[in-house]
Amino acid sequence: MKKLVSLCLVLAMAATMLVGCGANEEAAQNSAGTSESAEGAVFKIGGSGPTTGGAAVYGLAVQRGAQIAVDEINAAGGINGFQIEYNFTDDEHDPEKAVNAYNNLKDWGMQIFMGTTTSGPCVAVVEKTNEDNMYQLTPSGTAVDAIKYANAFRVCFSDPGQGTKSAQYIGENKIATKVAVIYDASDVYSSGIFNTFREAAEGYGIEIVAAESFTSDNKTDFTIQLQKAKEGGAELVFLPIYYQEAALILSQANSMGFAPMFFGCDGLDGILGVEDFDTALAEGVMLLTPFAADATDELTTSFVGKYQEAHGEIPIQFAANAYDAIYIIKAAIEKAGATPDMSVSDLCEAMKAAMMEVSVTGLTGTEMTWTEEGEVNKEPKAVKIVDGAYTAMQ
Amino acid sequence: MKKQINLTKATKSTLITVGMVVVAYVILQILVGAGALSSLMKGLLVPLCIYAIMAVSLNLTVGILGELSLGHAGFMCVGAFTSAFFSLCFKETMAAGPRFLLAIIIGGAAAALSGLLIGIPVLRLKGDYLAIVTLAFGEIIKNIINVLYVGRDEAGFHFSMKDAFSMNMASDGQVLINGAQGITGTPNDSNFTIGAILLVLTLIIVLNLIHSRPGRAIMAIRDNRIAAESVGINITQFKLLAFSISAGLAGIGGVLYAHNLSILQAQPKNFGYNMSIMILVYVVLGGIGNIRGSVIASVILVLLPELMRQLNDYRMLIYSVVLIGMMIFNWSPKAKEFREKYSFKRLIAKKTEKEEA
Repeated sequence: MKKLVSLCLVLAMAATMLVGCGANEEAAQNSAGTSESAEGAVFKIGGSGPTTGGAAVYGLAVQRGAQIAVDEINAAGGINGFQIEYNFTDDEHDPEKAVNAYNNLKDWGMQIFMGTTTSGPCVAVVEKTNEDNMYQLTPSGTAVDAIKYANAFRVCFSDPGQGTKSAQYIGENKIATKVAVIYDASDVYSSGIFNTFREAAEGYGIEIVAAESFTSDNKTDFTIQLQKAKEGGAELVFLPIYYQEAALILSQANSMGFAPMFFGCDGLDGILGVEDFDTALAEGVMLLTPFAADATDELTTSFVGKYQEAHGEIPIQFAANAYDAIYIIKAAIEKAGATPDMSVSDLCEAMKAAMMEVSVTGLTGTEMTWTEEGEVNKEPKAVKIVDGAYTAMQ
Repeated sequence: MKKQINLTKATKSTLITVGMVVVAYVILQILVGAGALSSLMKGLLVPLCIYAIMAVSLNLTVGILGELSLGHAGFMCVGAFTSAFFSLCFKETMAAGPRFLLAIIIGGAAAALSGLLIGIPVLRLKGDYLAIVTLAFGEIIKNIINVLYVGRDEAGFHFSMKDAFSMNMASDGQVLINGAQGITGTPNDSNFTIGAILLVLTLIIVLNLIHSRPGRAIMAIRDNRIAAESVGINITQFKLLAFSISAGLAGIGGVLYAHNLSILQAQPKNFGYNMSIMILVYVVLGGIGNIRGSVIASVILVLLPELMRQLNDYRMLIYSVVLIGMMIFNWSPKAKEFREKYSFKRLIAKKTEKEEA
C-alpha cells in the first residue's frame, strides 16, 4: 500500500513537472505572440551546430559569423524595418541531438532556420523542417541529401560540386594530367569529394595514377600513400581532406624528396595556422575555397576585423558562409516583402519563391543565385599560397 | 486494507514497473493530444524509449548475469544497420506496418546472433574477458560498417570494402550503404506508441526471465559460480541465454533508433565506446540489478541535458556535476545512511504510527 502511495506521488510529481514545462513553453510563445503584435515584430532566426565536442570549431565559427551579420543588420535598421532575434543552439554534431536542438528552437518561436552546420545532422533535420514547411538555409552542410526538399537551400557547394569543380579547375587550366589522390575513407566529406572527383576526372583528361585512403584511426604516417603516388608518377596530389592531416602529408613528402603540386578543397583552409608547421612547405599549394581571410576587398577586411576584435582569431570559411547566410536570408525576405507576422509555412513559401530571383554578393561569392534544388551557382575561387599568404589565382 | 487477490511479490513488482510505463505513456499521450507538450518533449519521446530499452537490456547482463559488457552500443549498431538495410530494400514494395514489424524482428535477431557468436567462446571463461571482448566488438562493428559499401541494381546486390565506385554497378543502381556516409533515407517508422510497446515488452521479457527458473539459475551463477556448478547448473548455457537476450533487446533499441532519424551513420558519438559507457552509467545510477531504476535513471539522464538547453554552454558542465552528485547520493555509504534516516517511507511510517497511537 505504501508503495502504491509513493508511486502515485511520484507520478503526480512527474505529471506536474511535464505539464509545467509544456504550459510554460506555451505561455512563453503566447507572450511572444502578443508582444510581437504590440510593439513591432521581430524575425526569429535560429541556428544550430556543434559548439562542444570534436567539431566545435565549425559550430562556433558559424555561430560567431552569423552573429556579426545579425548585429550589422540590426544596427542598420533590420530587415524591412524589423529587427532580427538570433538564437544558436548546440547539436553536438549528432543527428539525434540536432533534431532535439531544432525542436527546442521551434519552442522558442523560430521562423527561419539557418543550419545545421554539419552534413549528417542536416540530413536528419531537413526531414523535420520539411514536415513543418520551415525555410532552411544551411551555411555549410555539404551532403547531397542535406537539402533534398524544396524548402532547403545552401550557401556552400555540395560534396559532388566540390569534386567536379576541382576536376574542372585542374583540367581546364591544364595544371596536371597525372593525379594521385589521398583521402580519408572514414570521413563523409572527404570520400564524397573523392567519389565525384573520380567520376569527373576522365571527362577533363585527368588520369588518376593512385587513389590511396586512410582512416581517422590511422592518420599520422602517410609515407606509404605518398610512395605510391610517387611510383605512379603523379604530377599533382589532390588532397580532399582537412588541413591537420594535409600539414603532415606536406612535411612527410618534403622529407621523402617528393615535390609534386598539391591541390585541395576548402578543408585545407587554415593550413597556414597549424602550430609548428613550416609554412614554407605549403608554398605553391593550391586550394579551392570560397573564402580567403586575407583578401583585400572592403567586405572581407571589415568582416575579418570585426571577427578578430570580438574573438581574437582569424575567421575560417565556415564563419564567412554563416555571415553570407544571414545576408541571403535578408535578401530573400526583402525580395518577398515578407513580414514577421506571417506563419512559418507562408514565410517559407514566400522565401522559396524569392530565392529563385535573388542575387547576393557576399564574402564567399559574387552574384550568387540559386536553383530550384537549392544549390548555389557561383564561380569557384582558387587560391595559391605564395610567400606564406593566400593569393587569388586566375 | 489487504486485497483478496494473492499476487506473489515478484508479479506485483513486475506489474508496478510495467504499470509505471503504461501510466506515463497515457499521461504523455493525453498531453500530446491536448497540445500541452513542447516540440522538444515530443521529439524526445522516442529517444526516451530507446535509451530505457538499452539500459534495461544492459542491466540484464551487468546486474543479473554479473558480467561487465562495454560494447552494448555495438549490438545496438548491428540491430540498427540490419533493420535499416532491410527497410530501405523494401521501402517501395511493402506496407509500413508489416515492414517495420519484420525490421524489428530482423534487427533483434541479428543482434542476438552476434551476441551468441561472441558469447560462445568468451562466456566459457572466468574473469573480465567479456568486458574486453565486447569493447573490441563494438569498435570492430563500427569500423566494418564505415568501410562497407552495398548497392543494388537489376543484376542484384553488389558489395565492396573499398569505395562505392568499385562495386561496378549499372548506372541506375542505388547505393544502399555508402561507407562512412551510412544509410540515408530510412523510412521514419518509429513513433512513441511503438516505442512504449517495445519498452513494455522488454520489461516483461527481462522481469519474467529474472523471476523464472533460468533466471534464478543465472543469478546463482552470478552469486557463486562454484556452488552453482556443483548443483548441476550448466553455466555456459545460462550465461549465453542471458547475454544473447540482452544483445537482442539492444538490437531492438537500435531498430527504433534507425527508424527515428532519416540518416544512420556509425560514428563514435552514437555507436562507439562513449555510448556504451553512457548506457552503463544509466544502469549504475539506476542501481545494478534494479530494472525499474534503469528506466527511471535513463529517462532522467536523457531529459536533463535537453531541458537545460537555456543554459547554453553551461549545460554539459552542470550535467556532469549532476552525474557525480547522483553517484554520491546513490552509492556512498554516508549518503545511504542519510537516506535511510530521512526516507519517505520512514516518514510516512512514522506518521501512521503516531496516528495509530
